Amino acid sequence: MKHFMCLIALVLAFASTPAEAAKGKVLDVQVIKSKQGIEAWLVEDKTVPVISVNFSFEGGLAFDPEDKPGVGRLVSILLDEGAGDIDAQTFQKKLSDNAINMGYTAGRDAFYGSLRTLKSNKDLAFDLLHLALSKPRFDADAVTRMKNANISQIKDDMGDPSWLSARTFNGMMFSGHYYARPGYGNLESMESISRRDLLDYVRAQFGRNVLKVSIAGDITKEEAAEALDRMFGSLPEKAETVDMARAELTNIGKTILLPLDTPQTYIITGQSAIPRSDKDWHAASVVNYILGGGGFDSRLMKEVREKRGLTYGIYSSLNNLEYADILQANLSASNEKVEEALKLMRQEWQKMAEKGVSEKELQDAKSYLTGSLLLSLTSTQDIAEALNSIQRDGEGPDYINQRNGLINALTLNDVKKAAARMLKPAEITTILVGKPQNINADIMLDRPPGMGTEEKTAR
Amino acid sequence: MILPTGESRSMLFRIFIFILLLSLTPAAAWAKTFNAETFTLDNGLQVVVIPNHRAPVVTHMIWYKFGGADEAPGMSGIAHFLEHLMFKGTPTVPDGTFSKTVKKLGGNDNAFTTHDYTAYYQNVPRAHLEKVMAMEADRMKNLQLRDDQVASERQVIIEERRQRIDNQPQAKFQEQLMSTLYVNHPYSTPVIGWLHEIKELTRDDAFEYYNRWYAPNNAILIVSGDITADQLKPMAKRHYGMIPPQMVPDRLRPRPAPISVEHRVIMQDPRIGPPVIMKIYRAPRGSHALDILSEIFGGNSTARLYKNLVIDKKLAISAGASYDRVSLDDTTFSLYASPTPGTTVNELELALDREIEALLAKGVTIEELQTAKKRKIASLTYYLDSLQGPAMVFGRALSSGFGMEDVENMPERLEALTIEKVNTAAQALFQGQDLPVTGLLLPQQKKPAAKGQKR
Repeated sequence: MKHFMCLIALVLAFASTPAEAAKGKVLDVQVIKSKQGIEAWLVEDKTVPVISVNFSFEGGLAFDPEDKPGVGRLVSILLDEGAGDIDAQTFQKKLSDNAINMGYTAGRDAFYGSLRTLKSNKDLAFDLLHLALSKPRFDADAVTRMKNANISQIKDDMGDPSWLSARTFNGMMFSGHYYARPGYGNLESMESISRRDLLDYVRAQFGRNVLKVSIAGDITKEEAAEALDRMFGSLPEKAETVDMARAELTNIGKTILLPLDTPQTYIITGQSAIPRSDKDWHAASVVNYILGGGGFDSRLMKEVREKRGLTYGIYSSLNNLEYADILQANLSASNEKVEEALKLMRQEWQKMAEKGVSEKELQDAKSYLTGSLLLSLTSTQDIAEALNSIQRDGEGPDYINQRNGLINALTLNDVKKAAARMLKPAEITTILVGKPQNINADIMLDRPPGMGTEEKTAR
Repeated sequence: MILPTGESRSMLFRIFIFILLLSLTPAAAWAKTFNAETFTLDNGLQVVVIPNHRAPVVTHMIWYKFGGADEAPGMSGIAHFLEHLMFKGTPTVPDGTFSKTVKKLGGNDNAFTTHDYTAYYQNVPRAHLEKVMAMEADRMKNLQLRDDQVASERQVIIEERRQRIDNQPQAKFQEQLMSTLYVNHPYSTPVIGWLHEIKELTRDDAFEYYNRWYAPNNAILIVSGDITADQLKPMAKRHYGMIPPQMVPDRLRPRPAPISVEHRVIMQDPRIGPPVIMKIYRAPRGSHALDILSEIFGGNSTARLYKNLVIDKKLAISAGASYDRVSLDDTTFSLYASPTPGTTVNELELALDREIEALLAKGVTIEELQTAKKRKIASLTYYLDSLQGPAMVFGRALSSGFGMEDVENMPERLEALTIEKVNTAAQALFQGQDLPVTGLLLPQQKKPAAKGQKR
């Protein structure tokens, strides 16, 4: 189903979502608390007998040991491979025979989980989730199997220009910070990670004090409160404290090339951005929309794709991490067109920094950003995911109903100010993967950062 | 946080079968659950309405029964190119303002082309349905193209081909596999087109196909979301009703030639990770028995291939099967596996063959059949938990020559399957007259750079 949605490119320009404040509530978000004091946000929706749960443990990459990247990743693909008295195959069979979808992701700032079940199977689903989080088995057989699967993924990724550009971007922009570590690990760490490391990670990361939960679907407040204790009640009260510090951006303004023998070059550019908690953040999100976030409504797409056909697509995005804020742009272009595409991109950056946007562009951006809010909330999964993201942004449960008002209140001057404050063409770092023509790189790499020092074949 | 939208004008299906594990199951009792209704306008446009009143939003889609497999030889890529050009404008919605207008309404739009259909959609707040309908109806007949727009868009699709195919060894491999499997049939030509032919496509070519195939009597309108048939009917008549019908060619396609000798397609590339083996069979379309068979044999991590090859014998890192049920002509049934370090491709291929032999010798079990049915039917409920999902299911089915009842009666047809039917389908597939095409995707050690190498 997820693949399905990807394939049809259901474009969810999913803003931290939104609401039509003026016309009543977008969503009725209830804050509930279990007997044991676990809190969650809940949207009751009985349209379809389905329940979706999304949750996160704040932490993420910081919990991977420095010399063993990929521990969190392995945990994420092993939690549903046996827990408590249930072995891997039986666990998987219980999930698939009952159409229960359970998934985990080790992200940069958090470890995420999601559960989707038919209402009729909810008790089994909640119990399996509880077992997975509190009593994962990490049997030797499953660990080897999942390590092999992950190694295979890493090897595939190492030949994928899109992945290589993202890896190089993270490795070079966050040098010295844990954000630079490869989330899936590398061939060396896959050999050295032990069962002990996996158990340590689980004990350290899964604490109730860093847990945020959202639930949407056919479930009452009382049932949901009970489910919270059932799923998370036996977890330790506190996660371990790990050093986390703001990431200073590195290689600012540099052009970095990782050569690859391909007809096209993959490009990611990045610079610092306005933080999520800043009063100018909503204005910055409008700047991003008009610059390159708005797809065919954006200046970059118009100049680089529509007018000149230099690329199949160019997008900018505002990535607000917990300890870093990045405005980045992604595109790929034939090797001989890279120079022109980059020049155009910088020109647009410069123009918007100096002159801001037009009244019409602002109005169009507002109409899209406010009007499309509901489109990102059409399934219980979408709703639970959106709520979890808002929780993580540090907003309150009523944000979704206020958000459109905040956007509509923005003036031309607010946006101009945010553009001037944020857009710094001279500070753009450029990552190139391919064989671009007429580009002078400041740094030439021979392999992607963080992936180990030698070509290794895992046995 | 605003995430990048990943917008892509045009999706090409059939690119890469082994990531295409999206068993397009579907279709449950939409008719009953969703009260899906259909009616046909006087000009031949079929309309399908799938009400879903969770939120005041709708998906509006128009599907043309025209795709890459309807192109003349030498014209590969024209269906997809035309899809791109449809965004360039008409006298009333000029010069690339179509998508901008949709955005202004708080909506998203896109389009996709496959061998069998070309579809355009907009997801918008309910209040703006009529506006997007007016624009979509307008471009069914009033497309306007300048030479400079055609020239720059041709560059865009060349970049698209490079990004999706030429830059990806797996995708290039898949393209060659399909060419081998569909001898004498247009599924052998990639939807995006061969590069040397894309370069020659012109404005006149685009108009020739547009004028021939884009007509109300060759299209299906699907609207799902906060709408009823009674509300939609007058609106559809107003905007689509006045477009005159026209003669549309029959979709006459040659039958694929038999595959009577063994084909092996081998690709070596330094950018390939672990090796991959694929066996692809041409298979009849629309078979629920094959759908269930692929689920039992290789649908997930409790299915036979994964259980036997990955978990028990430890010969593979991954293994599975997939069957793409919805297609206008013969479709594919694929097996794939990737060996563990220390296992050779030959060993794994033999083990894969033994799994097929065991399946043919003993058939599937009643327990396997029951749980597979249960899973399939249960997962149908998840389709209801979305706006666009049901519209996609109806659109694919109807534009590939299936009827409403094929979609509506899905649970009943799954329930009716017996062990005998599934085993008979397996025999016909694996022991039929056509041999499968075997594909081997192999890593290659990087060669030290050398100049002036002899070829």
